[in-house]
Amino acid sequence: MNSKKMQLNKNLTNNLITYGLVIAAFFVVQGMIWTGKSSSLMQGLLVPLCVYVILAVSLNLTVGILGELSLGHAGFMCVGAFASAFFSKCVQEAIPNSGLRFFLAILIGAAAAGLFGILIGIPVLRLKGDYLAIVTLAFGEIIKNIINVLYIGKDGNGFHFSMKDALSLHMESDGVLIINGAQGITGTPKDSSFIIGVALVLITLWIVLNIIHSRDGRAIMSIRDNRIAAESIGINITKYKLMAFSVSAALAGVAGVLYAHNLSTLTALPKNFGYNMSIMILVFVVLGGIGNIRGSVISAVILTLLPELLRGLNSYRMLIYAIVLIVMMLFNWSPKCIEFRERYSLKRLLKNRNHNKKEAE
Amino acid sequence: MKKFNKIFGVVLASCMTLSLLAGCGGDNNTKENQSGESQNTGSQDDTQNADNQTAGGEGVFKIGGIGPITGNNAVYGQAVQNAMQIAIDEINEAGGVNGYTFEMNFQDDESDPEKSVNAYNNLKDWGMQLLVGTVTSGPCVAVAAETNTDNMFQLTPSGSSVECVEHPNAFRVCFSDPNQGFGAAKYIGENSLGNKVAIIYDSSSIYSSGIYTKFTEEAANQNFEIVSAEAFTADNATDFSVQLQKAKDAGADLVFLPIYYTEASLILTQANQMGYEPTFVGCDGLDGILAVENFDLALAEDVILLTPFAADATDDLTVSFVTKYQEKHGDIPNQFAADAYDAVYIVKAAIEKSGATPDMSVSDLCEAIKGAMTEISVNGLTGEAITWTEDGEPNKAPRAVVIKDGAYVAM
Repeated sequence: MNSKKMQLNKNLTNNLITYGLVIAAFFVVQGMIWTGKSSSLMQGLLVPLCVYVILAVSLNLTVGILGELSLGHAGFMCVGAFASAFFSKCVQEAIPNSGLRFFLAILIGAAAAGLFGILIGIPVLRLKGDYLAIVTLAFGEIIKNIINVLYIGKDGNGFHFSMKDALSLHMESDGVLIINGAQGITGTPKDSSFIIGVALVLITLWIVLNIIHSRDGRAIMSIRDNRIAAESIGINITKYKLMAFSVSAALAGVAGVLYAHNLSTLTALPKNFGYNMSIMILVFVVLGGIGNIRGSVISAVILTLLPELLRGLNSYRMLIYAIVLIVMMLFNWSPKCIEFRERYSLKRLLKNRNHNKKEAE
Repeated sequence: MKKFNKIFGVVLASCMTLSLLAGCGGDNNTKENQSGESQNTGSQDDTQNADNQTAGGEGVFKIGGIGPITGNNAVYGQAVQNAMQIAIDEINEAGGVNGYTFEMNFQDDESDPEKSVNAYNNLKDWGMQLLVGTVTSGPCVAVAAETNTDNMFQLTPSGSSVECVEHPNAFRVCFSDPNQGFGAAKYIGENSLGNKVAIIYDSSSIYSSGIYTKFTEEAANQNFEIVSAEAFTADNATDFSVQLQKAKDAGADLVFLPIYYTEASLILTQANQMGYEPTFVGCDGLDGILAVENFDLALAEDVILLTPFAADATDDLTVSFVTKYQEKHGDIPNQFAADAYDAVYIVKAAIEKSGATPDMSVSDLCEAIKGAMTEISVNGLTGEAITWTEDGEPNKAPRAVVIKDGAYVAM
């Protein structure tokens, strides 16, 4: 009983540190903005930072907790982004209140991405390991390509839809193109702000951390650790897998909403929604530590800031970024490095000192 | 101790690799970067007083540039960066604008809207007063929304999609995509280049699909017929035999290629293998096709391009620009470089006309230059007596060239 309480307390402190970290960072940055000490570059980066943190945390739920390798995370982000931008563009006049509109857009983005998560999850989660990675990768590419040939317009008669080109929509003269194929959606209202972003990060953390420390979370982790053993004690594997996968997808959708409402143009390029992006998010998760939520937050922030802070280096920027990535990966995961870190870790040094002190006494 | 040696060895080895890499990069980039570095040392001094946006009381106009200098579209960004630097150096050597000099800072955006906005914010921190950019369309739309909020003057050399200049503070040097599609259809119709037209376009590219849409619209008013329109995407841009076969089966005697030159060179090669010999017509994206490696120039014979700039034109302005560009950067400038070179001179003309001074605030400067833009007329590399309307579109005559014996010949 006592040990359970201890365990609970430890979890609670751990979670509080994670929340505290985000809140502290928020106040530091807000303080800098209020006192006018932050640069335009910093201010412009705040919302993207929130987007990447949400993406990294949500992918960690699939990769770290469920233990399945998903390479289609950018696809879910894409679904969320386009669904919500489409909604915002349609109701821009009907709902002039940007707060309410954005709130609805977030719900719609999350729901659309979550729905796709379930649809993809049902067949795909029967696969394991590499196969799942390949199928999710393909899913991401399919989403991107479909959106690139999608034309949707609106006029007095309602919505028009085509997968060929803008001309075959046959719209009335008052018609507006909403999704214009490869040009995507332009003129999305800029509703994202840093405060909303941080709130969404906190909500994401709250959802993910609560799942992890709940009964469901333990069931999910038992599937990760040993599927057969979990099945033998009566855990519904499909249900829990699907749950983790769709929650992760829905949260990626939320990140997409934030992304779409931060820029006035939304196009499904290989750069922002292709597999490069999925792998980028995976890099955040792996560098931060698989299954370590706080690590994901920190690594997402560092790796997003790094290329921007290196702008002073001109053409060497991307080279240095790549080298830092390799060095960090080695530092984090090479067995020799882990050994080295354990030997010279601060914690251990402190412990040793205390130990020596005690002995001296 | 052994362990220490090992670690020490690793550190040393990585240091050496690093210096090696740095050395490599340096060799390749010295030429390109000479200008970049000199401009950077300048900018570092200025970052201190970058907080106040009106910095530059010393008589310097701070011009920012944004474009991809790494990644897939790096060719375009680098061309723009190089050409801007040439123009700015020329102007500064000749005594500047109304006694003020230009200073330039060019930032990379990897052709990504998000990175582009970051680059814009970074330039604002540097104290930018005018923006010449961005190079590619998608990022341009995102940045234009930001410049509109700040009311900063923006002149894009090559952002061709319609939305790039939808705000009153934005202007462009190149033709818009619809404008090119319209111009191409009209040109083909008026010169009766073909009766049955096939189109092969890239549906994943904003540039290509933009031209395609307007071309088909205008084609209805012309005396030719579109018999096939086949799309490809950036992901499968290597094999065009299906699209070519369809065009051939439909009996097309003219194939319109509103695409970039890399894919076009493949199309020309594959059409030749099939024994299919229609007239090929392209837009400014085809500019650069003569520089493609391992491409048989004989295949490009008689290809017609609607491009505002031909590097081997013989007028003084072009000759002097091309020689300078070649001396400094070693290759022949493309149309993007020409647009950027013109852009700097357009800014110069507009500043001269409005009598703007560097100590004006960004917003006042924008208002002054915006007003002057509609009054000036500039003779540039990409057109003569170019004028602008308030909607930001340039007014210039499209030029067509045909490739003869591996060189452009004006039509």
